[in-house]
Amino acid sequence: MKVLVPVKRVIDYNVKVRVKADGSGVDLANVKMSMNPFDEIAVEEAIRLKEAGKADEIVVVSIGVKQAQETLRTALAMGADRAILVVAADDVHTDIEPLAVAKILKAVIDAEAPGLVIAGKQAIDNDMNATGQMLAALTGWSQATFASEVGIDGDHAVVTREVDGGLQTIKVKLPAIITADLRLNEPRYASLPNIMKAKKKPLDEKTAADYGVDVTPRLTVVKTSEPPVRQAGIKVGSVDELVAKLKEAGAL
Amino acid sequence: MPSYTAPTKDMQFVLHDVLKASQAQVPGYDELDESFTAAVLEEAGKLASDVLFPLNAVGDTEGCHFENGVVRTPKGFKEAFELVKEGGWTALDCDPEYGGQGLPYLMAIAISEILASSNMAFNMYQGLTHGAYSAIHAHGSDEQKAKYLPNMVSCQWTGTMNLTEPHCGTDLGLMRTKAVPQADGSYKITGQKIFISAGDHDLSENVIHLVLAKIPGGPDGIKGVSLFIVPKFMVNEDGSLGDRNGVSVGKIEEKMGIHGNATCVMNYDEATGYLLGEAHKGMRAMFTMMNEARLGVGLQGYSQAELAYQNALAYAKDRLQGRDVTGVKNPEGPADPLIVHPDIRRNLMDQKSFVEGARAFTLWGAHLIDQAHLNDDKAADGLVSLLTPVIKGFLTDKGFEMAIQAQQIYGGHGYIEEWGMSQYARDARITMIYEGANGVQALDLVGRKLAQDGGKHVMAFFSLVTDFIKETKGRSETFDAQFREPLKAASKDLQAAGMFFMQNGMKNPNAALSGSYDFMHMFGHVCLGLMWAKMAVAAEDALKNGASDAAFYETKLKTGAYYMARQLPATKTHLARIESGADPVMSLDADQF
Ligand SMILES: Cc1cc2nc3c(=O)[nH]c(=O)nc-3n(C[C@H](O)[C@H](O)[C@H](O)COP(=O)(O)OP(=O)(O)OC[C@H]3O[C@@H](n4cnc5c(N)ncnc54)[C@H](O)[C@@H]3O)c2cc1C
Ligand SMILES: Cc1cc2nc3c(=O)[nH]c(=O)nc-3n(C[C@H](O)[C@H](O)[C@H](O)COP(=O)(O)OP(=O)(O)OC[C@H]3O[C@@H](n4cnc5c(N)ncnc54)[C@H](O)[C@@H]3O)c2cc1C
Repeated sequence: MKVLVPVKRVIDYNVKVRVKADGSGVDLANVKMSMNPFDEIAVEEAIRLKEAGKADEIVVVSIGVKQAQETLRTALAMGADRAILVVAADDVHTDIEPLAVAKILKAVIDAEAPGLVIAGKQAIDNDMNATGQMLAALTGWSQATFASEVGIDGDHAVVTREVDGGLQTIKVKLPAIITADLRLNEPRYASLPNIMKAKKKPLDEKTAADYGVDVTPRLTVVKTSEPPVRQAGIKVGSVDELVAKLKEAGAL
Repeated sequence: MPSYTAPTKDMQFVLHDVLKASQAQVPGYDELDESFTAAVLEEAGKLASDVLFPLNAVGDTEGCHFENGVVRTPKGFKEAFELVKEGGWTALDCDPEYGGQGLPYLMAIAISEILASSNMAFNMYQGLTHGAYSAIHAHGSDEQKAKYLPNMVSCQWTGTMNLTEPHCGTDLGLMRTKAVPQADGSYKITGQKIFISAGDHDLSENVIHLVLAKIPGGPDGIKGVSLFIVPKFMVNEDGSLGDRNGVSVGKIEEKMGIHGNATCVMNYDEATGYLLGEAHKGMRAMFTMMNEARLGVGLQGYSQAELAYQNALAYAKDRLQGRDVTGVKNPEGPADPLIVHPDIRRNLMDQKSFVEGARAFTLWGAHLIDQAHLNDDKAADGLVSLLTPVIKGFLTDKGFEMAIQAQQIYGGHGYIEEWGMSQYARDARITMIYEGANGVQALDLVGRKLAQDGGKHVMAFFSLVTDFIKETKGRSETFDAQFREPLKAASKDLQAAGMFFMQNGMKNPNAALSGSYDFMHMFGHVCLGLMWAKMAVAAEDALKNGASDAAFYETKLKTGAYYMARQLPATKTHLARIESGADPVMSLDADQF
């Protein structure tokens, strides 16, 4: 079975994000970028399926700027077999919206015919949490989102999902779209020999036009602003005082 | 909470903008394209930040323990060591014939900085193994190489270096450990070695000790010293481990820093040893690795300064104290952040300009070692031998000094253990002592290296600087004023000092040796000045070529200009001290003290 894993290049989770002076977005020029952590988990899961003999090829796909090559190389160094870069923007500040990403992925799926797609549940930059679901709708495949455990059982996948009330285990028919949650696994560190091997693994470069997808944004960013600075708290002396204060603040 | 992030961008700058590594005509360098080195540095950086750095404080507070004859490393070290091994990081520049990755030494040094900054004590277990690997690789028989190297490349077995004895550290000619030849060609080693780093521990299944000892009846003094392989567990023909050899740990030392690394007293009691290389040529065998080992210690020195600087910078931006004298910068807050104050800026700029210069100097040294080894380039070999005591002595002295300056930025908190700054200064301190104390580095520089091969190498260094000054003439007005002129002046001071030694050193060696320490520092400043001028050229070129990250390159130019204006003039003071000769230093009789 072939597994397809979409990976996104996002601002590194350690970077302190700064809003651009004009409020049009966050400053991405010359800040450290890395693979979206949820995508790293997705890549790791695909590799584990391959190691367990449940998958035989892992194809990673990234859609965005040319520099996303580096992100793909990281996935190849972890253990993916092949990469496809779909160049869809020149400016690092251009974010491709989930629907356009899902349409491009649909076209990639048509060309590659994977048996399973494992995506991250969301990207930590815009927190959309939409691509996997949209892709399931476009392909008409089953979906299992927020996975914390994945098993392959013949032509089905058994997926444990993290839902509000606890854990839910579902069985979906393959091919399917799974989105990875935080506790699915702990991604490995790429080894030096594998980083060296990754240099030689194939990386195809395409454009959005190759797939006939229009990536023009449909959403308008009205404003980006820093979260308000947390105000200092106060200590209350009794429950009554707490209730009074909450009422005062209009919270009760 | 302290933190560490690998300075991969600064490293990439040195590798590609300054050294232009992938274009250099050295075997294996064509592999080092920008995206590949970025991937390697990033991945090592991830391991360093996530795994090794959190264990740095653990190692410091918990230390190593010696109970019932067994040395135990701090909690978490074993698991981390496994991760480093699995990642193939211990094998980076080792010979592929024995399981290494065969990358250039240059790359190994770049990665070493990351590992040493994040956890110096931990990284020494692997560092010493690499030293022992190099010795066996260079001097071992084919059989010895096949027997020991594969497991040392993977760090399944670790290695040590046993030189020091209770009564001899610098003067190894006084050595007493003896090696008695046996009928089967092996030797029985008896004696005591002290201060042996990573002498024993629970990270590997075997320890391969390299031990200097004297074969009875051989030449006196340093000329009668031979090098031996002494495994902790004997290695059978089939490679499996046999009996315990006659080597044991007497105790481990309580010490100022690097608590996570076991410093052991090693007792050899008729332990079986195997001659490595030729009899009585032990020091020569050691010398072939000396450049690498000393460069590695110089690196440790500035690696601690880097770690301390990263945290001091974050603190300076965070801590609110006092107001900017030129106008309030943080009107919403009760005070401005420390970084507004000129004296804090001075302190941070000292650190930043030192660390970045030191990194370029060290990577250049590693590049010369590659040229010497892989291209058999004699000139590069001579130059790096000359520069080695400077890299070791200057970078460790300054590395420690900068760690102390970083600690100062924390005010009282710098003195309190939980902030980390105390540890970084304590850890940095040893680098000035081991692998040849810094005073002995200065002695080596002035007493040996200057005159080596008729002074050829120091002349080559001077022409390198002079040529650079010529080539960069008329580049730009600012380059001329900020970089070229100061470098010219400092290099003139260095030449004048060299001249003074030539004129006075022969008839009065004390005149030269009284100034040796100043000369080492002066030489260090000129080297960092040269590095900054080269970095300025690279930064100017990048800006001219429309680099997307203009701010990065402008920062380089300003940081370099600081070094040239504020640090390089130290050569004047050093020259004045040197030219004052032996008198002020030696005028007291020993009993007048
Ligand atoms: C934590 C730690 C780890 C170590 N690890 C190892 C190891 O793994 N293997 C190993 O073999 N050794 C190791 N050492 C030993 C270390 O290399 C020695 O301590 C060092 O070489 C100095 O030797 P010494 O202590 O005997 O000092 P001495 O030789 O007594 O020197 C004392 C001082 O006198 C100066 N001095 C000596 N001779 C001269 C001279 N001719 N001219 C001018 N000044 C001079 C020195 O610069 C020094 O400042 C370690 C030491 C420590 C503390
Ligand atoms: C072991 C120990 C014992 C102590 N004992 C006592 C005691 O008995 N009683 C007591 O009251 N205190 C005591 N202290 C506190 C000590 O006096 C303070 O730590 C010291 O005054 C520095 O203050 P700080 O730590 O808040 O550093 P900060 O004031 O935050 O200073 C941090 C750094 O910023 C610099 N800085 C600050 N403002 C400026 C400025 N305007 N311009 C330029 N640079 C600036 C400082 O030079 C320093 O390097 C003790 C501290 C220690 C560690």
